[in-house]
Amino acid sequence: MHRTGELFGQYKTMEQQRETASLGMWIFLSTEVLFFGGLFMTYTLNRSTYPDIFSAASKTITLWLGAVNTVVLIGSSLTMAMAVWASQAGKKKLLTVFLIATLVLGTVFLGIKAVEYHEKYVEHHIPGWNYQFGEHPDASIDAHTQLFFSLYFGMTGLHALHMIVGAGLLLWLIKESLRGRFTPEYNTPVENIGLYWHFVDIVWIFLFPLLYLIDRH
Amino acid sequence: MICTVLTVVAAELDLNQYFHGLNIIVALTIAVFKASLVVLFFMHAKYSPKRTQLVIIASIFWLAVMLFMTMSDYITRPWS
Repeated sequence: MHRTGELFGQYKTMEQQRETASLGMWIFLSTEVLFFGGLFMTYTLNRSTYPDIFSAASKTITLWLGAVNTVVLIGSSLTMAMAVWASQAGKKKLLTVFLIATLVLGTVFLGIKAVEYHEKYVEHHIPGWNYQFGEHPDASIDAHTQLFFSLYFGMTGLHALHMIVGAGLLLWLIKESLRGRFTPEYNTPVENIGLYWHFVDIVWIFLFPLLYLIDRH
Repeated sequence: MICTVLTVVAAELDLNQYFHGLNIIVALTIAVFKASLVVLFFMHAKYSPKRTQLVIIASIFWLAVMLFMTMSDYITRPWS
């Protein structure tokens, strides 16, 4: 384990070791791009086939909740970037502060998501769970709008799952930073978990316009 | 960095006037711009070795290929 950040045998320099760790995370993120990419593909296909249905269904999700969440998440990416900077500058207290800020913002995001999901539950828009779209039961409209909501829950749900994993990683980072483990020479976990967190942010940056901003008049 | 926050607002408001399917292009362009800022600066891609930058570009390229090829398969199917 890289407990003290010493140079391991297969590397020539610390620089190379650090770059390799970062590259490893980027390669993992490449697999994640394709993981989400499959769902984005499904979305693209279904939206181009049923544009009006998607438009109608999208109007029923609360825009401002999604917008606030976008701001919150980008803010959390900012605090995460500040945390990485703090670890590089050797500012240990500031590092912990920024890590906690990132975790708080991430939790706010998840809280708002929970509110949105509850809204959907109340409106009977959860596929397979007393689903009904609109005032009167209509099987064909139900069948097609369920497509949108299946994608909505699938994509935001997968995203939220990634956020929860990220929150767990942040908790570990906070614990370790409190023990003073991260120095300008060794901040690899901070950097790489930062990469993961930014990636989850980027997924949301695309999710938001695709799910919330379809034909808003 | 916080101008990305402003683009969220801009995206919402602008889309109220656009028709003709152009709003999706505007929304996605803004999203790509925001994502690029995050990748380049927050994720230090701009300051990464070329090897890492290649991996990033490769994964975006691969996603584009998957989306493009799958979509073209579907839209070239005869009406059924």
